[in-house]
Amino acid sequence: MKRYQNLILLALVALLVAVPLWMVKRPAPGPDGAEVEIFAGADGQARDLVGTIAPSYKPRVNPLMEPASGEIESMLFALQAALGAGFIGYWLGSSATRTKLRRSKSEA
Amino acid sequence: MHIMEGFLPVEHAIGWSVASAPVVAYGLYSINKKIKKNPEQRMLLGVAAAFTFVLSALKMPSVTGSCSHPTGTGLGAILFGPSAVAPIGAVVLLFQALLLAHGGLTTLGANIFSMAIVGPFAAAAVFRLARAARFPFGVGVFLAASLGDLLTYVTTACQLAFAFPDPVGGFTASLAKFAGVFALTQIPLAISEGLLTVVVMNALLRFNREELGSLNIEGNGQEVQA
Repeated sequence: MKRYQNLILLALVALLVAVPLWMVKRPAPGPDGAEVEIFAGADGQARDLVGTIAPSYKPRVNPLMEPASGEIESMLFALQAALGAGFIGYWLGSSATRTKLRRSKSEA
Repeated sequence: MHIMEGFLPVEHAIGWSVASAPVVAYGLYSINKKIKKNPEQRMLLGVAAAFTFVLSALKMPSVTGSCSHPTGTGLGAILFGPSAVAPIGAVVLLFQALLLAHGGLTTLGANIFSMAIVGPFAAAAVFRLARAARFPFGVGVFLAASLGDLLTYVTTACQLAFAFPDPVGGFTASLAKFAGVFALTQIPLAISEGLLTVVVMNALLRFNREELGSLNIEGNGQEVQA
């Protein structure tokens, strides 16, 4: 169990991501025939909720810069994840090598 | 959990910034002190920061039919104490506010407060409680990371409900609505974050036991096996 613990945990994470995709059904198109968007961002839903609770509220400030398109936005998110994952991968590789070297030295 | 740019009244935006700034400043001071004392921990601190970078970029689907992302702050809070995570979270949020228009500069204080202060402090407290209750190490890590994640989103819901109380039901009715958007969506994601934190912690225990030893988080060493 201990040996496979990380694999089991990662499989559980994959399951937690996959199950909603399979479980959530797309609601029927509204009266105007427009498709209802599912799996939109929670941040955006909260913004819409502010609009229904306080319809008179107008945001005073706009973002300095918005990604030019959804594609650019995913590129930046991928960059953020890649920077982090790259560093973790580098650390994992170097510490695994260090452990291996230390082990072979103590055997010699 | 980002409150979008401009979506807080001015006094709220200022209030949350004033509340967050000293914690971030203290966090920088405490990181400096720790690194000076144990320079070998620099790499671990980088791993904790990188973990937050990765996780807060992963927008995952949830059973509520919307997407949100984990925070990744629990790991750093367990390793280096909650205040050290405040500047890390601030950097991540600044990156997202400037380049991605997720969150914003006026709401930065409020977002730092939920993701980089409440979450990590909750995670550190849960971890300590779990250790005191003699839970296995991995269970403590899981509970700390997932509850810290969840409380981040509960905090965001509170902040928005505080700024936009329902005209009929007031704060409570508004909180129920915002919690429906944030906290409910976050439950499976919080579980994912807990599991991923355990995975990284397992790798740390396998390869970086000495550095972990100098952090003094393991309690009495033999329990780490569990």
